[in-house]
Amino acid sequence: MGKTTAEKIFDAHLVNEPFPDTKVLRLDAVLCHEITTPIAIDDLIRRDKDRVFDPTKIKAVIDHVTPSKDTKTATQAKILRDWARRHGIKDFFDIGANGVCHALFPERGFIRPGYTVIMGDSHTCTHGAFGAFAAGIGTTDLEVGILKGVCAFRQPKTIKFNVTGTLPKGVYAKDVILHIIGKIGVNGATDKVMEFHGSVVDAMTMESRMTLCNMAIEAGGTSGICQPDMTTVEYLWPFIECEFASKEAALADYSQWRADADAEYDQTIEIDVATLQPTITFNYKPDQVKTISEIAGTPVDQVYIGSCTNGRLEDLRIAAQILKGRKLAPNVRGILSPATPAIFKAAAKEGLIDIFMEAGFCVTNPTCGACLGMSNGVLADGEVCASTTNRNFMGRMGKGGMVHLMSPATAAATAIEGVIADPRKYL
Amino acid sequence: MKTFGGPVLFLDRSDINTDEIIPAKYLTEITKEDLKPYILEDLKLSGFDPKDDKTKNARVILSRANFGCGSSREHAPWVFEVNGITAVIAESFARIFRQNMFNCGMAAIELPKADLDLIFSHSGQSDAAISINIEAQTLTMSGGGNQKTFPFELSPFDKALILAGGWVDYADQKY
Repeated sequence: MGKTTAEKIFDAHLVNEPFPDTKVLRLDAVLCHEITTPIAIDDLIRRDKDRVFDPTKIKAVIDHVTPSKDTKTATQAKILRDWARRHGIKDFFDIGANGVCHALFPERGFIRPGYTVIMGDSHTCTHGAFGAFAAGIGTTDLEVGILKGVCAFRQPKTIKFNVTGTLPKGVYAKDVILHIIGKIGVNGATDKVMEFHGSVVDAMTMESRMTLCNMAIEAGGTSGICQPDMTTVEYLWPFIECEFASKEAALADYSQWRADADAEYDQTIEIDVATLQPTITFNYKPDQVKTISEIAGTPVDQVYIGSCTNGRLEDLRIAAQILKGRKLAPNVRGILSPATPAIFKAAAKEGLIDIFMEAGFCVTNPTCGACLGMSNGVLADGEVCASTTNRNFMGRMGKGGMVHLMSPATAAATAIEGVIADPRKYL
Repeated sequence: MKTFGGPVLFLDRSDINTDEIIPAKYLTEITKEDLKPYILEDLKLSGFDPKDDKTKNARVILSRANFGCGSSREHAPWVFEVNGITAVIAESFARIFRQNMFNCGMAAIELPKADLDLIFSHSGQSDAAISINIEAQTLTMSGGGNQKTFPFELSPFDKALILAGGWVDYADQKY
């Protein structure tokens, strides 16, 4: 019997199986940010175990509230900063170099096919785009990961999503994943891996695959996983060219992590995107989705483009294409937060930042900020935000505020019209 | 080992998420104790008030499917713990929340819907209480002069974590 990608990774990283169905895995990357890590650090100090299992496998960033907005957030940043220095964690990203973790770490080449990755952040599933097993965990799992380099998981079952057809104009990875979550529900993949296959995924850039995998958790999934291929190799090539004689050699090596043709799946779900429309959430759960034709015309107060879901260069290009030469509707304020400094720089060089600013957008530094109602764009009670982020829980972007999740294209069209709008007429 | 049980807080809705349990704006607190006043602050549910005595006195939460979905924040189990709630009983849990509970040495117990329906039918009784026996894997509901015991499933690993008082101590001994 063949294996899924997650099964192959589990087998290759198994430390032991202390109980049936419980697998302790060796970790290749432990990612840290300043919200969930400081309490782990404090606890390790309190236990007289202020150690790290391997400083080269730990990556840390201050990203959720940066620059710090008050004494508390400055203290969290300081705890992480001091700890990274104390333990010689070289891959630590502070102001000037910091960006949204799930955009920054892949951009630095830290995530490779076949890796096991944990982070005290639910959207860690993003990194499965590289053919890795990447799971969000809590602070205690993080603490043990930092100290011992291991984490325990139940053997996950895998749902195969076979995404076929041709993406229509104005429809993107974000629409595909919102459609999938709408189909299977917010706990449709709980304790399961969502493995994405099919011609649509094969044709996607790494950025789009990250968007797809990013929202696996919104269906309860442990990790999203895409199959490593030449697109993966091309993305990683600047970081791996000293490891492999050629791209073909890298591909041959990474292909060991591709699911076997005879792998057994818990379920296989066929998704045909040929008739898919721009898809948008309504209400307060990510599985509550409507097509643009059902929801167009809904007024919004703010448009937010950014986050680990859709704050990458590809996303900025799509939004800028629609915004070019146009203005924000007078009733709407627009916020752009490029997800990393490299994205910000590239967007400036390409003239995208000019387009956003000409349209009337405020451009902020890279940070998670507004997505979880921490800073840089928090909503007032009763306000509505059209957002390229990943979670529309009640009050997520500010107490009493409402969030409609959508693609960067739909967000840009919405910015122009001041109501949820169809991006296809601008493309 | 911790004892599990006491007055029940009934939260009769599915998909109660971590933002409702503890809003993100409080994640800047450095100690668990500082989270205490903000328990379930953003949960809007008929008959529920995060500030009333029912919430204050509760030791067990009873809820429906997919409890604890959303963020990985362990602040969700912590805000329960510092308020004296060390067990959540639900039809199902989101993976990260469930693991966080066991990792803290607390109990996340799944019961079939029919059993939950029966326990929810006692939600009007002011003396509704549940006691939980981890070793025996049973829980006993009492209230209004009635008493009924339900068996529950618990994986050996999760049970070991509860008995060890959490994952850090357990992992430190074994790895």
